Amino acid sequence: MIKISDINKIREDFYLLKNSDLTYLDNAASSLKPQQVIDALNYYNEKLGVNVHRGVYKLSYEATDLYEKARQKVADFIHCKFKEVVFTRGASSALNLVASSYGMKYINEGDEIITSELEHHSSMLPWQHVAKVKKAKLIYVPLDAEHRITIENFKKVLTHKTKVVALTHASNVMGYITPIKEIIKLAHEVGAVVSVDGAQSVPHMKVDVKELDCDFISFSGHKMCGPTGIGVLYGKYKLLQSMDPVEFGGDMIDYVYLQDVTFKDAPYKFETGTPIIAGAIGIGAAIDYLNEIGFDFIESQESKLRIYALTQLKNIEGLQLFNPNTDTGIISFNIEGVHPHDVASAFDQENVAIRAGHHCAQPLMNCLKQVATVRASFYFYNTEKDIDNLVEAIKKAKEFFDLFK
Amino acid sequence: MSYGNLETLYRQVIMDHYKNPRNKGLKDGDDFYKIHLKNPTCGDDITIQVKIDNGMITDVYQDGTGCSISMSAASVMSETIKGKTVEEAFKILDNYLNMVKGEKFDAELEMGDAIVYQGVAQFPARFKCATIAWKALAQVMDEHNGNCTCDHEE
Repeated sequence: MIKISDINKIREDFYLLKNSDLTYLDNAASSLKPQQVIDALNYYNEKLGVNVHRGVYKLSYEATDLYEKARQKVADFIHCKFKEVVFTRGASSALNLVASSYGMKYINEGDEIITSELEHHSSMLPWQHVAKVKKAKLIYVPLDAEHRITIENFKKVLTHKTKVVALTHASNVMGYITPIKEIIKLAHEVGAVVSVDGAQSVPHMKVDVKELDCDFISFSGHKMCGPTGIGVLYGKYKLLQSMDPVEFGGDMIDYVYLQDVTFKDAPYKFETGTPIIAGAIGIGAAIDYLNEIGFDFIESQESKLRIYALTQLKNIEGLQLFNPNTDTGIISFNIEGVHPHDVASAFDQENVAIRAGHHCAQPLMNCLKQVATVRASFYFYNTEKDIDNLVEAIKKAKEFFDLFK
Repeated sequence: MSYGNLETLYRQVIMDHYKNPRNKGLKDGDDFYKIHLKNPTCGDDITIQVKIDNGMITDVYQDGTGCSISMSAASVMSETIKGKTVEEAFKILDNYLNMVKGEKFDAELEMGDAIVYQGVAQFPARFKCATIAWKALAQVMDEHNGNCTCDHEE
């Protein structure tokens, strides 16, 4: 069990936190990677470096073992079965797989797909495409006054025609947690399946797919201390089995005839070609690391930082805070009269890394009537000092750009 | 208070063009070359209109949304090239691109306020902001010269 007082020990695991004065507040884009994950990647690349599954020699056996053990780690992490974990390139890839496989097979003309304006483009665009091709209707849950998805508004758009619900679990711009469990229950009552974008939730809170009863959930390794290039699609096994592969070739086949082919069972029929071996081993090591830290610590640290940050940001004159009631460590704001990219350059001079832009959520930017926002996002290794640095950077940027008024 | 390198990027001239843009707003009429460029990753969106008579740039207008660097650069560009020949404008353009990239450039070449963008070389992340209006100009002049690349998206 990690105690709050161990934060300095945790920071030692991250090269940049240990060896530089970087204030890293761009965790919603990507987290930093601890030494333990880098060691696991190096172990595979240096000591093994060989392909999995078909090799009979010892090295290949060990690589296969590590690859599949990583799958088990993911399964334990989100509480599902081993065979319900499909490795993908990332959350975007996983979200796309649901649409291009399940969507293309089961969505028909006139069906309704529910999504929201709070979504990351990777959550809504695959379904926009399915809707266009299949002549289905893409329906948006009306957001409430503070741009949240609510049960009440979800009920307004749910009909007997709803076949798929594709919603984010935690918004990457507003930091709101969607009441997804209740939404899933309602969706199931009309026979719809629910694909959850877990990219911003899985790294930060205990997500139990059995408890949520979601049909699919997608997330990325690199936002949870793992490497880039690996992600996960969880799907209920029955659904995965009912779906067709979208990529064909090596490793995913059962038997190949000249005019026909049979495929392996899920998850392997979706993992075409040499799999993302290093990535899977990396996400496995990241899960070990997060388990060691524990979600009790992660959640309490992030919640402490959120309260500390909001208290200070609310008091800065001329700062437009877009989500004063954020549920997570994601805070979006603008400095009045200063374009977010100018803010980002000013922060960079103070070695404060944040994100400025539309955050792959252009529909939400339209709702907020902004071309872009500045987004600061925390993880468990951030400290109050990081928030102080952010606040100082904001004050300094304001002061600097005020010179030109 | 020290603002570090920030002062080398955000010069008074730049911020003045940002707050008081020159030649802002588009005009009606089909005797203009018109190019619309966007940078979808950051939201910069710019349109420029250029009138060219006998190889001479006689009128320039610009409009759009974006950060101070991209918007001021559009204003500066419009002032700098008005009254120049296409050939002269290409020379200034090449020199400007070399300058903001941090490469060798001709400091003697008359390029008006555009010279203050030297600081961009130290902010490679802002290179696209400083060049989007100039790239639109390049496309206009290519089109005029009959070398349309038709690559209108940045």
